Amino acid sequence: MSSGPTLEKRHMGMTAANRLSNTVIYIILIVMSIVWLAPFVFIVMQSFRVESTWMTGYVMPQKWGFDNYIALGKTDFWHWYTNTFIIALFTAALQTVIVLCMSYTLSRFRFKMRRPLMKFMLILGLFPGMLTMIILYRVLKDLGMTQDNAVPGLILVYIASSGMGYYVSKGFFDTVPKALDEAARVDGATRAQVLWKIILPMAKPIVIYTVLTAFMGPWGDFVFARYISMNSTEGMNVAVGLQSWLTLDQINSRYTMFCAGGVIVAIPVTILFMCLQRYYVEGVTGGAVKG
Amino acid sequence: MPRWQKPFYRLGQALASIPGGFARFFAGIGKGIAKFFKGVGENIADIGRTFVKGDAVTKGSFLVMGLANMCRGQILRGLMFLLMEVVFIFYMITTGGYWLSMLPSLGLVGPQEEYDLILDTYVTTYHDNSFKILLYGVLTIFFILAFIVTWRMNVKQAKISQEMVESHRRLKSSGDDLRSLVDEGFYKTLLALPLTGILIFTVMPIVFMTLVAFTNYDGTHDGYFNNLFHWVGLDNFNQIITWGNGSTVYSAAFGEVLTWTLIWAFFATFTNYFLGIFVAMMINKKGIRFKKGFRTILVMTIAIPQFISLLYVSKMFAKNGIVNGFLMDMGWITTALPFWEEATWARITIILVNIWIGIPYLMLVATGILMNIPADLYESARIDGANAWKQFSKITLPYMLFITGPYLLTQFTGNMSNFNVIYLLTTGNPINAAASGAAGSVGYTDLLVTWLFKITTGAESKYYMASVVGILIFIVVAIITLIVYNFLPSIKNEEDFQ
Repeated sequence: MSSGPTLEKRHMGMTAANRLSNTVIYIILIVMSIVWLAPFVFIVMQSFRVESTWMTGYVMPQKWGFDNYIALGKTDFWHWYTNTFIIALFTAALQTVIVLCMSYTLSRFRFKMRRPLMKFMLILGLFPGMLTMIILYRVLKDLGMTQDNAVPGLILVYIASSGMGYYVSKGFFDTVPKALDEAARVDGATRAQVLWKIILPMAKPIVIYTVLTAFMGPWGDFVFARYISMNSTEGMNVAVGLQSWLTLDQINSRYTMFCAGGVIVAIPVTILFMCLQRYYVEGVTGGAVKG
Repeated sequence: MPRWQKPFYRLGQALASIPGGFARFFAGIGKGIAKFFKGVGENIADIGRTFVKGDAVTKGSFLVMGLANMCRGQILRGLMFLLMEVVFIFYMITTGGYWLSMLPSLGLVGPQEEYDLILDTYVTTYHDNSFKILLYGVLTIFFILAFIVTWRMNVKQAKISQEMVESHRRLKSSGDDLRSLVDEGFYKTLLALPLTGILIFTVMPIVFMTLVAFTNYDGTHDGYFNNLFHWVGLDNFNQIITWGNGSTVYSAAFGEVLTWTLIWAFFATFTNYFLGIFVAMMINKKGIRFKKGFRTILVMTIAIPQFISLLYVSKMFAKNGIVNGFLMDMGWITTALPFWEEATWARITIILVNIWIGIPYLMLVATGILMNIPADLYESARIDGANAWKQFSKITLPYMLFITGPYLLTQFTGNMSNFNVIYLLTTGNPINAAASGAAGSVGYTDLLVTWLFKITTGAESKYYMASVVGILIFIVVAIITLIVYNFLPSIKNEEDFQ
């Protein structure tokens, strides 16, 4: 590159017009950061409010205290929390296995039914997921996995069809050069050994991404958790439980506890996410778009 | 052609290609069906040939599945075929036949009130179970189809193994078969569990629910305890699309909800898309510092479980919520703003809140792509004298649209079924009194999916209606997907030229 355009570039970076647009951009970005973070700051503040438990029009508590957090212990909250944590744990483990099996196979093997299978799953995905809710409830009920026992039922529902969510992982595996597989097979490895010994160790980013998204999913699921647990409060997850606190009859005594509960749910998940943020970003920008 | 006419010309071209696309699609279906029947015919011919040319063992396999495999040394395969045959025949004789026979009627004898002499009162006895009949009947049909396919495989293998023996070639032994499961056949091992899960938990329910749409299964006809339910053919679909008198309620509700669903999906997708790109470009700009900081702040909002954000924000904008409280304290308003109480306010607020939720994701996606655009494209454009807007519209935008085309489509269809955002923010309110009634309470912000949920969990649990709505959602989504896929190739070609 000649020095002409480079000098020009640096010179252009100093023009008043550029500085003005930069300033405007900074202002916009700072306002955005405030707007985006504001609700979370509010919810934390309101969770420390002691003087009243109903919804108010102001944010700053007049009296600060941990009352709401302590009060959580007297409700079903921790039960919901453990429920959701168990569900998330099992889902993270099992769903990852299933998704990786599916995406690796579709990426690496060329068998006769491959294209029809992918098209078929695409069409299946166009159906609203909720449609299956009714009959799955009946089936799970016969197996005893609903209402109070909703936890195993929900785990089953989440992982059973998770194979359909293979797009991002497959995108990743597609970028791994097939030459790697070939070299190993020439040396006499079976395909199973290729997957286990060679591909998986280098697939760390996508495995972490899959585990992360599989773990975070159950914390926020509302529809299925609500339907499978039906009328039982034992089997609810945090989303359904906390939402039930905001209904008209409960909100006045539960609003601040909702805030406290929300904070408790959000913190571990957020910390986990921020630690593994790199992998999530890689997964989104790499695989999601090519899918 | 003057420059301002170009967009209209291109739009006209795109629209004109839609009918062609549909024609090609239906022609494709026609060709697919033709191919299918041709395949069936060829298979039948092949079966006939196999029988004629087959030796005793091959002919025997027609009746005793797996015979040819076992006689020729492929014990494992033979046993598996035989097992399938035994299980199938046993099943059909004991229970399968019953379910199939009851399928047309879905049950003949419902709950009966019988006079019990001992208790001296009327006691309800239960008999047929429509739900089980439908469920197991469909499963039986699937089983029969699976059996036919397996039988065909059996015949084919009998023929192939006979040919290989006659030409003195070595057949795959059971050991070979087992070994291949971790090698060339490894995909079978890997796919077994995921596909079974999908078959049982997605395919079967969808088939079942599609059939329910043609029955009258609801809370008062649950098939066993209350009443049996029966086939009603296309009645339910008639109910929802006729503009008659008594049935206007469903069709009106459907029309309104569908319109809002499409409008919502459009705005939700494209506002997030363009604003996300805009934000990504701003942060990515050369003179801006703290790039990572700004991105991290926005990404943090993705980490927090969505239901918390949505529920809390929904309360923020309530009549006595924080936003109104703040505005009133500042003296800017005297009465609370009806963010959720009025239809249009609610719709706009939802779209705005969705922007708050969605921009971080789109910013991530956009950033990743922006970084991949070769910088010299911009360099040469700048040297040619293009200003910032021209650079955006000629380089950035086409590039992004090209790469994220499929992604946009999935975002659009996903937003059409975005239950959480709508339900947690407004539960579909404010109520649309005119459209409610027989259809249950329908709101101005209800999507098709939230309406489906309400029908299912409502007082009357009209499952058949829920199924109908579900099928209609599928049809709408499928049509849109087809139309957009018709667009995409044309966009792709343009970029290659440019």
